[in-house]
Parts: sequence; C-alpha cells; structure tokens
Amino acid sequence: MITNNRLSAEQYTLNFADIHPPFESHDSALVEASRCLFCYDAPCMKSCPTSINIPKFIKQISTENIKGSAKTILSSNIFGAGCGKVCPVEKLCEGACVYNFLEEPPIPIAKLQRYSTEKAIEDKWKLFERKQSNGKKVAIVGAGPAGLSCAHSLSREGVDVTIYEKENKGGGLMTFGIAAYKVTPEFCEDEVEYILSIGGIEVKYNQELGKDVTLEELTQQYDAVYLGIGVGLTRNLGIKGEELEGVVDAIDFIYNLRDKGYSYVPVGDKVAVIGLGMTAIDAATQAKRLGASEVTIVYRRTHAEMPCTQHEMDIALLDGCKIKWLSAPKKIHGHKGKVTSLECSVMELGEPDASGRRSPVETKETFTLDVDMVIKATGQTPFTKLVEENELENKSGKLVITQDGRTNVAKVFAGGDAVNGGKEVVDAVQAGKDGAKGILEFLGVVDVAVEPAYNKSVVSDAT
Amino acid sequence: MASLHTNFLGIHSPNPYWLASAPPTDKAYNVLRAFEAGWGGVVWKTLGSQVKNVSSRYSSVDYGGQRVMGFNNIELISDRPLDINLREIREVVREFPDRAMIVSLMADNDRQSWHELIKKVEDTGAHGLELNFGCPHGMNERGMGSAVGQDPEIARMVVEWVMEVATIPVITKLTPNVHSVVPAGKACVEAGTNALSLINTIQSVTGVDLDTFVPNPNVGGQSAFGGYCGPAVKPIALKFLTTIAQNDVTRQVPVSGIGGISTWKDAAEFMLLGATSVQVCTAAMKHGFRIIEDLCEGLSNWMDEKGFATTANFIGRSVPTLTKWEELDINYHIVANIDQSKCIHCGLCYIACEDTSHQSIRLDYGNPYNTYTIKEEECVGCNLCKLMCPVTDCITMVEQRKAPEYVNWKDYQRLGMPLNDH
Ligand SMILES: Cc1cc2nc3c(=O)[nH]c(=O)nc-3n(C[C@H](O)[C@H](O)[C@H](O)COP(=O)(O)OP(=O)(O)OC[C@H]3O[C@@H](n4cnc5c(N)ncnc54)[C@H](O)[C@@H]3O)c2cc1C
Ligand SMILES: Cc1cc2nc3c(=O)[nH]c(=O)nc-3n(C[C@H](O)[C@H](O)[C@H](O)COP(=O)(O)O)c2cc1C
Ligand code: SF4
Repeated sequence: MITNNRLSAEQYTLNFADIHPPFESHDSALVEASRCLFCYDAPCMKSCPTSINIPKFIKQISTENIKGSAKTILSSNIFGAGCGKVCPVEKLCEGACVYNFLEEPPIPIAKLQRYSTEKAIEDKWKLFERKQSNGKKVAIVGAGPAGLSCAHSLSREGVDVTIYEKENKGGGLMTFGIAAYKVTPEFCEDEVEYILSIGGIEVKYNQELGKDVTLEELTQQYDAVYLGIGVGLTRNLGIKGEELEGVVDAIDFIYNLRDKGYSYVPVGDKVAVIGLGMTAIDAATQAKRLGASEVTIVYRRTHAEMPCTQHEMDIALLDGCKIKWLSAPKKIHGHKGKVTSLECSVMELGEPDASGRRSPVETKETFTLDVDMVIKATGQTPFTKLVEENELENKSGKLVITQDGRTNVAKVFAGGDAVNGGKEVVDAVQAGKDGAKGILEFLGVVDVAVEPAYNKSVVSDAT
Repeated sequence: MASLHTNFLGIHSPNPYWLASAPPTDKAYNVLRAFEAGWGGVVWKTLGSQVKNVSSRYSSVDYGGQRVMGFNNIELISDRPLDINLREIREVVREFPDRAMIVSLMADNDRQSWHELIKKVEDTGAHGLELNFGCPHGMNERGMGSAVGQDPEIARMVVEWVMEVATIPVITKLTPNVHSVVPAGKACVEAGTNALSLINTIQSVTGVDLDTFVPNPNVGGQSAFGGYCGPAVKPIALKFLTTIAQNDVTRQVPVSGIGGISTWKDAAEFMLLGATSVQVCTAAMKHGFRIIEDLCEGLSNWMDEKGFATTANFIGRSVPTLTKWEELDINYHIVANIDQSKCIHCGLCYIACEDTSHQSIRLDYGNPYNTYTIKEEECVGCNLCKLMCPVTDCITMVEQRKAPEYVNWKDYQRLGMPLNDH
C-alpha cells in the first residue's frame, strides 16, 4: 500500500540526519588539518573541478586563520559549503589524496571545507566586495548552482544581474534534488542567501522562461543572457504499465520530499527503483528512510559499469536496499489501476556501446518482483522543447557551447547540467565561472578576477 | 638479553633512567609511584632556600597539531618544608634501596648554608647529591641557580665548599644559558665535583597571547622569562653534552644527560655522545611514569640487535665522529635518488629543492599526479629533499664519490684545488 506519514517525527529526524556530520570542535579539525602534507601542485586541487586551493585552505585552518580559509575556498567555489556536503569526493579530491598511495585514509577534505565555510555562512562573513556597478546588465535563467555561481562572479565585477527562476526558491537541484541526509532545505536557503548577500543580484522567482518571459525579451533587455536551466524530469521507460498509479518519477519524488516535508510524501511497502545513478541511490535510500519495508534497485548492467560510486552504493546497501544486477524492467503489472508487480528481463553483457561500456542484451529469462511502487531514475531528459523553440543548437536537448560558454544565439551563454546533461554541483559551479568569464570578455569588462580553471589551463600550459 | 644496569660512581640503578629534579620528584608520593612503575632512580626536587611559588607556572609550544614540543616553567625550587622532604627521602630510600636516590641542592650563597644542608641530606641515606647551578628564573635573581653556573669562578667556589663536607658522590648540574658549558664544567671538575649533569632549562619566552597581549605563562597580567625544556631542546642538549665529552678535563668525570629525552632512541643518542645515565622530566610530565616500560624495552631490544651486552659497550661511542668541519672529506659525495615505486607524488621534495636549494629535481606534469626525478648532475647532496619527503626510504642518498682519496678543507687550500663548482 502506498501511504504517507509512516513514521514518528523523531524517526524521520533520525533517518534524515546528516550522514557526514561536521567536526565537533577546532581540536578535531586540527587533528585532520595537521595530517595534510601541504603537497605542491597538489593532486587533490587538480581533481577538484573548481580547482580550490586545498592545501592552502587546510593550512589556514591549522593556523586558525578560518576567515582566510573560507575565502580561499569560496573564491574558487561559491558553493564551497554545499559542495563540502554533496560532492562525491571519493572520485574527486579525496580520491586523489596522496595518502591513498600509503593505504592511509585520505584527508577529509570535504569535512574540513565545511568547517570553514559553514562558519562563514553562519556568521555572515563579508568576504567579497562587489565592484562599483559598471552599468552592464545580464539576465540569468535558473537559480541553480550554475546560475548562482555565474551571478556571483559577474556581480563581483560590477555587473548588475537579474535571475529568472521558475521555482519559488533558489538553489536548483541542490535545494530540490539532492538527498535530504546530505543537505537540508534550510541549509540550502542560507547558502543561497549568503551567495546573494554580495548585492547586485536580483532574483525574480516564479518566472519561467518560455512561459512568463521569452528569450527574445531577455536578449533585448539585457547585454547578455546566461542559461543555467539544468535538466528536467526522468526519461520514460517506454514499457507497459508506466501509466499505473504507483509509478513515480524519482525527481518528483525527491522534489516533494525536499519541498513538502517527510511525512507528506507517500511511499510504498515494497518499492522498486529503476537505474543505478546518483538519483536512483538517493531515491532508494530515501524511500527506505521514509519507511518502505523493502526496496530493490533494478539495474541493467553489472557492478563494473555502474554509474554511482561504490561509496554511494554502500549507503544504499547499509540502509538495507537490495540490488538486482543485470535486470531490465519489461512490464509493470497492476490491479484496479494500481501497481502490483514489476516484471524484469534477465540481461547479459554484449558488445561495448557508444559509452564504451558493454551493453546489456535481453535473455529469454524473466522474473517478477512484488511491488506496490516503482520509482523511475533512469536519467533526466533535457528541456528539449524549450531549447528547440528558441533555435538553440543542441545534442538531444543538451545545449552546445563554445569554449567561452557561448551558444549559437547571439548574446546567449549557457552552462551546467543544461549543457553536460547532468553531472555534479561542482561541475555546474565551474561552468558558472566559465560562463561569467566568457560574458565579461564579451562585455569588455577588463581586470577579471574569476579564478582560473586549473585543470584546463595551467596543467596543459605547463606541459 | 642486554643488561640496562647502571653504575654511576658506585650509585647503582636497574636502568639508566632517572627522573630529573622537578615536580615528578617533588615528594614521596610521586617518587614511590615512579619506582613502582620501574624508574631506575630520581634526582629529588631541589632543596634549599625557602621559596614561594606563583600561579600560573607553565606554558608550552605546540607544533604540527601536537601539544608540547617545548615546555616552559617559572617554578622555583621545592616549596615544601625541608624537614618533610628529608623524612620522605629517608622513607623512600628504605623502601627502594636498589634505586638511585640523588638529592638536588641549592643553598643560599654562603659556605655555612651549603655545609648545613649537605649534612642534613646525607643523613637521610641518599646516594648522591646534585648541585643545581642551572635554574634560570627567580633563583638567579637572588644570586643562585644559573647565576652560579654562568660564572665559572663562583661555580668553582661553591663546589669547593661542597667538597669540603660531602662524603657521597657530587654531581654538578650545568646551565645551558651560556655560550659554552665547558668553562663552568672545567671549573667544577677542577674544584672536585665527581660528575656533571646537563642541561638545565633554557631561558625563554614561549609566546604571546594574541588576545591579552601578555606572554605566557600569564601571572595576573604579567609574565617572566621561564626555563625551556622538552623535545625542542634535545639538539641543544646533545651539542653541549658533546663538548663536555670532548674536553680533556671535563671528560674525566661521568655525565648524566638531560634535555628533551622522550624515547629510548633519545636516550641511546645521549649515551652514544657520552652520558652514563639519563634524566627525564617533560616526557614524564606529559605522559606519566608509565613511559618507563618502553624506554627500557626499546633500549634493551636495540642493544640486543647491536650486540651490546651492557651500556658501557656503547657509551661515548659516537663522540670521536663529531669533528671540526675542516676535517670533513670534501670528495665524499652523495646524490638523491627517488624510488618511483614508493613516491606518492606530493611534490614536497620538488618545491623544497626548486625554491630553496639547487633546482635539482625535474617535474613532469601529470593529471593529477606529477612525476619527479633527480637531476644527478645538479644535486649537491644536501639531504633537503630526503628530509622533506613524507615516505620513509622513498628518497635515498646514493654515494658517488668525487674522487677516491680523502681530501679535507686544509688539504684543499694547501693544494690550491678549485672552488665553486656550482
Ligand atoms: C536526485 C539527484 C541527486 C543528486 N545528487 C547529487 C550529489 O549528491 N552531489 C552532487 O554534486 N550533485 C548531485 N546531483 C546533481 C546536481 O544536483 C546538479 O548537477 C546541479 O544541481 C546542476 O546545477 P545547474 O545549475 O546546472 O542545474 P539545476 O540545479 O537543475 O538548476 C536549474 C535551475 O533552473 C531552473 N529552471 C529550469 N528551467 C527553467 C525555466 N524555463 N525558467 C526559469 N527557471 C528554470 C530550475 O528551477 C533550477 O532552479 C544530483 C541530482 C539529482 C537529480
Ligand atoms: C616545572 C619544572 C621544574 C623544574 N625544577 C627544577 C629544579 O627544581 N631543579 C633542577 O635542577 N631542575 C629543574 N627543572 C629542570 C629539569 O630537571 C630538567 O633539567 C629539564 O626540564 C630538561 O629536561 P626535560 O627536557 O626532560 O624536561 C625543572 C623543570 C621543570 C619543567
Ligand atoms: S639532495 Fe639537495 S640538491 Fe640534491 S636533489 Fe635533494 S634537495 Fe636538491
């Protein structure tokens, strides 16, 4: 049976508590900060898409220059606090930490990053001074990580920014998508407010591009436009029974959880989650934490091809979720319009496909899972309609941009999930910086302080 | 198994570890606990002139996230009544006759006071006396402690007074607050001291509180120079110890080594440079008496490994290898080598050599891992990279002699050989 309000308030709080709790005290941060070797041309820094100067900010924690540390982080990544909670660090900075070669635990970079940046947000440290307005006006569509990062970089340089956001809150998927045990809605709100506190950025909420405002209007009213609209809902499975009551979209499911509160969100007794990306993991673990008795993740390929990290999968497994490998949904069965079971095909791996991964091929064998809810998490679809209507060059809905962030339409720039099809927050933040740099150059604003994308320029120049 | 038994001028102890004269040896309660834990001996907290202490008394220097790299105090000599101290010393000697009991003394600066104090102390059955010529705070302002140790002639005079009455071995504890400890050490040996010990604490200011602007330790808004000790002072202590072990006069007497000893390795190093026994204060104040177990086991295991049956086999062994710079072999040359299989790509060797040494490490950029290799022709063999490398044995120094024969600086000049090869 699908129902909401399965647990007590205390149980909800417990189930959705921060899975990576922060340092309790300066002493505990110091123990870890002191382990940092202060590497030169540090691998961690090169593995951060926003190139935060990690050895420097950690050193600053150990010298008790916490303000300096926060500034080091935030000047490269204005979402430094949120990223400290949501980045898949095991494949980024911490995965590159040289301690891994010694079979020692890497420096808890993300946790240290939270240590200084959360203080900055809490105490509202004014770390950035906006330059005097230079009269240039830029419109940004989408107040997600890409849009806000772009806005902050532009505002620092004295550009007047207006953001059009279709929701009533900023933060994008950071606020509405990411698992509740990683970031709380309150934290996201504080972070957005902190980013906006630099001034010079006006956010128009409940304003949707294509409905309340057109791209043409924007290009007429502003000197440039940045599209940070992200990607939309989950793509359809294209199988029978998809219309049954109890089949839900993972993004919707998580959105409700983030927006409306835990007790509001209905969840089944036995839930199947389709897909094994970050979204699938988040949907599965949260279904379990909302009180589902059985959660089974159904994935077409094997452990070797899975898109989520081992760390993420372990969270789901520890929560008691099960995984069916080499299984693809074939048909959803129902009774009186409601889901009763999910029929799956057993797959085997064939030749490598376009992604280089061996593609799953159906065998004759099938099996059936008794479930009353099916959550679809098989990757999001871009806003193809909006993109095509505006004659923006795209690859199956993903916007195509040049190196300096321009689309094919004059004055229009883009970045983030809308371009890459859906990566991490940290990639969107870097995309926002890159876009801002492109826009500033386009507007002829000189003396640009936007931090370099270390990975791209420095390494290749030096070699 | 190697024997740690120590015979210091006939004062026997089951191991060479004595607790230095300081709070750990301030009263019977502590000393009994120390002996129960296994310490070889103690130098009882300095007795003498009447004093009054202040609060606070200690401060420290923390380093690299660890507490107490160096420790500092402005405490004076024992502030307990002499009678009680003497009674307790007698009790402890009776209870632990196999442990060394040395009593530290600092009398007022006149012959009479020293004579009276020595007689009273000898009466307790203590095995030896240590003359505190080192305390660098408070007592020195009254012409005692380091004020005695800093002036060889005053030190000589006091030792002469002491030797007039002492019937048990006398150890004179030297102050490091001098350019060289040799003049005072020589004067004391010539005046008849049976042994020397060093170092006492080094006058210091450990730091300034950045909120109150008052240096540490804070005594009601003021501070005073304190005495510095702990791991930070070990290299200075070893240097002073070596000069005593090398001087023709001072090396005639046994030495008890002190200053920053925290591990059995530190102790072995002090002994290799001439110490017969070693004294410990800060390490015990940081961890308690239980550290004696590893101090003994570690030393004994090392001695077994090296084939030393007794400590006498190695005491002073390293002294002759410390020579003058001008005796060093200029043709001896080593170059760094990086074991790529051990390298963790931290770049610390590179940036050290590149910014501050001889630009002898090659960097090949990689993402995210760079590769570092030594440019052998550029390397001067300074050790810097090896010292900065966080991985043991990743960087080794490989011998590549410039020429087979031994040539030192004096030969070099005499032969008019070329300078400045870089
Ligand atoms: C379930 C889930 C879990 C995730 N977990 C993680 C994680 O743990 N760690 C991590 O780093 N990343 C995670 N991500 C990815 C991450 O959230 C995104 O990569 C990131 O938010 C992308 O930022 P963006 O600004 O490009 O897009 P978005 O965050 O999607 O922001 C786009 C914004 O544009 C607005 N918008 C869209 N269309 C319009 C329009 N027409 N008019 C006006 N406004 C519009 C949207 O309302 C939104 O506010 C997760 C994503 C999902 C779906
Ligand atoms: C709090 C304190 C008090 C001390 N009091 C004395 C003393 O009364 N007499 C003395 O000879 N040395 C005294 N010392 C010096 C120690 O005996 C010893 O020489 C010095 O601390 C160096 O050894 P360490 O590095 O192991 O601490 C004192 C040291 C400390 C820390
Ligand atoms: S030994 Fe000195 S000169 Fe040689 S590579 Fe190392 S740091 Fe450079």
